[in-house]
Amino acid sequence: MSTIEAAAENAHDAHGQHHDHDHPSFLAHHFDTPEQQFDSGKLGIWLFLVTEILFFSGMFCAYAIFRMLRPDVFEGCSQFLNTKLGAINTGVLLFSSLTMAWAVRCSQVKQDRGLVGMLAATLSCAMIFLGVKAIEYSHKWEMGLLPAGMFFYDPANPHPESHTNYLFYICLPFMILLGGVVIWLLTSLVTKNRFHIQCAMPLTVAAACFFVGIGLGMVLESGDSEHVSDSHHSEVDHLAGNSPQVTMINSGDTEVLERLAADATNSGAKSELTARQRQFETAGTTIVQEGDDIAGAIVSVEENVMTKRKAGVFFSIYYCMTGVHAIHILVGIGFLVWLLVRAVRKDFNPQYFGPVDYVGLYWHLVDLIWIYLFPLLYLIR
Amino acid sequence: MSAHGDSKDGYDFAHPIPVPMLLAVFGALVVLTIITVAQASFDIGSLDIVVVMVIATIKAALVMAFFMHMAYDKPFNVIVFLSSFAFVALFLIFTMSDSSQTSPDFEPVIEEAATEMASPAVEAPAASE
Repeated sequence: MSTIEAAAENAHDAHGQHHDHDHPSFLAHHFDTPEQQFDSGKLGIWLFLVTEILFFSGMFCAYAIFRMLRPDVFEGCSQFLNTKLGAINTGVLLFSSLTMAWAVRCSQVKQDRGLVGMLAATLSCAMIFLGVKAIEYSHKWEMGLLPAGMFFYDPANPHPESHTNYLFYICLPFMILLGGVVIWLLTSLVTKNRFHIQCAMPLTVAAACFFVGIGLGMVLESGDSEHVSDSHHSEVDHLAGNSPQVTMINSGDTEVLERLAADATNSGAKSELTARQRQFETAGTTIVQEGDDIAGAIVSVEENVMTKRKAGVFFSIYYCMTGVHAIHILVGIGFLVWLLVRAVRKDFNPQYFGPVDYVGLYWHLVDLIWIYLFPLLYLIR
Repeated sequence: MSAHGDSKDGYDFAHPIPVPMLLAVFGALVVLTIITVAQASFDIGSLDIVVVMVIATIKAALVMAFFMHMAYDKPFNVIVFLSSFAFVALFLIFTMSDSSQTSPDFEPVIEEAATEMASPAVEAPAASE
């Protein structure tokens, strides 16, 4: 039996007086036991995750339909999505899932410093992810790879002179955030406010990690030319060139045909002869051998997919899915910061770790979505 | 959450996952990610999306079972969450099958000028119009 006694400074209640309940302050009045409180919250967060899954499924459905109907567009556009950056982001998010699960464990065994460290690590990974995303997005905007309607990519001029530095504008809010947190850290150091110092330090590290992500993205993007355009060629299958030059073969019946065609009244024979001659010309001068494998068909036709209706829609789907995912990351960052402050305040114990667990579930869902997004968007061939 | 029911008095219900298990699951996830990226260099034709989805589902199952603690959770929570995937499957299957059957009728394939037409590669001589 282990009822955790609420610390004196935490004891407060809605009536403004000190009850002599024997229930700890973290147990809400309408619950009998901490376990019941935890279970209720757990069911609540699972239901929320169900709504999130259904929410994303709408976008996955759009992706599935468009890919089913226009696979050529996907192949043509996949060259613009840098697989390396996507893989780095996957690794970073998986690691953040590890640290989040570890944080939940720390909260359950009352390892307060471990908890703060793990939450800070999760936050840092989230910021690195956003930094890499910022590089990807700004690079695409410069090239004109925008959602349909704003799409203006030009294969003949893939890197137009851009007047707006998109990367700077994306980084601006994060720079302001980093500046704010650093100022908070410095003032708390000066005023020697322990609680504030303990909060501000991990948050400074996390805010700085956004720029680690930017740096990572820049290094990988420049060292990797993702514009290897494997454009499709129009091809006609033909034989390997060991073909001698030949003239039109005059088999027996062609001679007869020529003699008949010489007579002006035989227009049918004449046109057959001209047809044969033209056919000979277009067929080229290769000789067909016995047992040669000829398809004689057009293997693929170059079709320009870099239009608003095709590549534009692809990028609409791309920005919608990754953008909404990034918004979820931002919301998760907000919750993690809240948890971090509560963890520094040592709010959690083996009977009250619900908030950490619930935010953990949300974070794992965000990772889950990315696990599916990555192969579907970045690993198309 | 213990799978064997509630704790006796409603207080000892924490079930911390052992650190080695967390690290092992993480290791498995990283290995599966590497496999997913590596399979891109093998040409397995239209099978690649199936392979990639299977690996992604294994990764998702690992994350769900261990990181999200579903292996030790109350069965009701598990049912609730997994049922959402059943509805997603219904959604996708019906919409995609309808789309594949009816789209050609009302989705015209429009040839339009791009921002700048890419210069065509080798012209097909047999396709002379």
